[in-house]
Amino acid sequence: MSDEKLANSSAEIEALRSPRRPVRFTTVSGHPIRQLYAPADLANWDPQRDLGQPGEPPYTRGIHPTMYRGRLWTMRQFAGFGTAEDTNARFRYLLAQGQTGLSVAFDLPSLMGYDSDHSLSRGEVGKCGVAVSSLADMEALFDRIPLAEVTTSMTINSPAAIIWAMYLAVAEKQGADWKLLSGTLQNDILKEYIAQKEYIYPPEPSLRLVIDTFEFGTRHTPRFNPISISGYHIREAGSTAIQELAFTLRDGIEYIERGMRRGLAVDDFAPRLSFFFNAHNDFFEEIAKYRAARRIWQREMRERFGAKNPRSWALRFHAQTAGCSLTAQQPYNNVVRTAIQALAAVMGGTQSLHTNSLDEAWALPTEFAATLALRTQQIIAYESGVTNTADPLGGSYFVEGLTNEVEQGAREYIQKIDALGGMVAAIERSYPQREIAEASYRYQQAVDRKEKIIVGVNEYVSEEKPLEVLQIDESVALRQAQRLRRLRDERSGQEVRRRLDGLMRAAEGTDNLMPHLYEAVKAYATLGEICDALRTVFGAYEEVAIT
Amino acid sequence: MPEHKIRVLIAKPGLDGHDRGAKIIARALRDAGMEVIYTGLRQTPEMIASAAEQEDVDVIGLSILSGAHNTLCPQLMGLLRAKHMDDVTVLVGGIIPEADIPGLKKAGIAEVFLPGTSTQEIVDFVRSHVRNRD
Repeated sequence: MSDEKLANSSAEIEALRSPRRPVRFTTVSGHPIRQLYAPADLANWDPQRDLGQPGEPPYTRGIHPTMYRGRLWTMRQFAGFGTAEDTNARFRYLLAQGQTGLSVAFDLPSLMGYDSDHSLSRGEVGKCGVAVSSLADMEALFDRIPLAEVTTSMTINSPAAIIWAMYLAVAEKQGADWKLLSGTLQNDILKEYIAQKEYIYPPEPSLRLVIDTFEFGTRHTPRFNPISISGYHIREAGSTAIQELAFTLRDGIEYIERGMRRGLAVDDFAPRLSFFFNAHNDFFEEIAKYRAARRIWQREMRERFGAKNPRSWALRFHAQTAGCSLTAQQPYNNVVRTAIQALAAVMGGTQSLHTNSLDEAWALPTEFAATLALRTQQIIAYESGVTNTADPLGGSYFVEGLTNEVEQGAREYIQKIDALGGMVAAIERSYPQREIAEASYRYQQAVDRKEKIIVGVNEYVSEEKPLEVLQIDESVALRQAQRLRRLRDERSGQEVRRRLDGLMRAAEGTDNLMPHLYEAVKAYATLGEICDALRTVFGAYEEVAIT
Repeated sequence: MPEHKIRVLIAKPGLDGHDRGAKIIARALRDAGMEVIYTGLRQTPEMIASAAEQEDVDVIGLSILSGAHNTLCPQLMGLLRAKHMDDVTVLVGGIIPEADIPGLKKAGIAEVFLPGTSTQEIVDFVRSHVRNRD
């Protein structure tokens, strides 16, 4: 100990003589970083208690004993554009290139519960995802893709239960056993109110739908994750790393409380809740965030909820590199950014990863750009060597010290939200929304003042040639409108009416709505019709906009 | 007589909810001394045109990240012309492919600001392009 102290202080003396650049040393989130991390920074740190073994509580070092020696993370590239047929072709291409899981991006009308031919869908059909208005579109989306053999993630929130019902109906038609279906529904409505803002109904009926999927899933789809509790969008909206972590975990706590209030035993559904975090530029801050996430979650699950099953304690997560970090200027630089971010997610022990494409500050990715993004993951997995050992940075003074600091910051936020009466109450007071808006503005000011440098944007600017980007024309909307017309002609209008009436009656009561949604989608009621039926009963949510 | 305060409407047309940029711009213009009204999310071109008319704004700033700009911008410009509001400066910011910019300008959009634009650049543009209506 005394030797370490000596080394530490002589290093500090040496450092005082060395020159320093006139900048504030902070993370991308503005968190201050010291010149050196040393044993003294870990004075209250107990490796037995705070680090442990991989695969054991507190899971700081990862949730599997062998980590990537056992199995690599799932390379899951988010894709979707145009019609279901267009996206089906991209999926089959990505699977042929070695991708190991599917991830569906839906277009805005689908995310907001409008059919492709609704007047509010004008200009948006098939633009930032695939257009899915009915089971017929879902059948085309998964044509020749065996759902019992792939895992599918679906990024859909307000209408998640309806889209999931469609997925289950496609599986049934393929003859796939629901018990074998594996994948993830995003289904995280709380972060919609906080950050991404694709909500339809008010919080209470929306949460009821989420808990309906939990309850249905525990009975019928034991291998499907009914939710991916997401910090990704909170971060994209401008939060700090600590806010991303805290708000996401507090959302998770809210879902567990609601599930238990429904009468579910915590250990029956908690193991299937998954998480989704951002992988931003600041390498060590991100790694600290993932490690702190696991440590906080296991404690909350054990202490707050009394969970007994270790699978309830272990936080599993998907990561996506930071879309908001991509620059329109010098877009090839984005390949480098994405590689660093992806490396952080891997060093932080992710279970699944999406790497963004270099052209996404301009448009949806071309096939070339999407392939390069996937290759980035494959190079990390097979060439970098970082997968050879679990938690390669464990024990680093800096990483352990920063993990402690991030954890402490997140715990303070979680306590604050507890004191406000939980996340719904906090959202209603715009608390997380305001915290994020403040952080986002502070960061923009730092960039504008060049306190934070973005290469190619506020420094090292150069002339460049325009990039070739993916164009999606309006013919998608036309084809979708024709398909919907045909669907409405061919299906039984009477059956649709009957199922929608049944759904509305159930929505007025307290039944689990999943079976009702399943019957409605099988009768080819459209997404818009089903969402409208629920809008009639639940009403629509309007936020108080803060600027 | 006090100088006319530039009045700006910041609007989010279409179904997209990504409001980080809109909020930053609203705040930066306000900090620069302008009068800023933010419409909130999911405004149709009709709603934006009528808000601009009621609020008698000099500038409309549209934030679009969803790829719907080629549909929504010309629609709004048509509505403004019908209301004889041709003197309103309309700006767009967001995810806009370079190839679409000439078409948007032809439709009457004064400028398109891409990701990475500093807030000062936008403040300066607004100050130098808004006609003095006093």
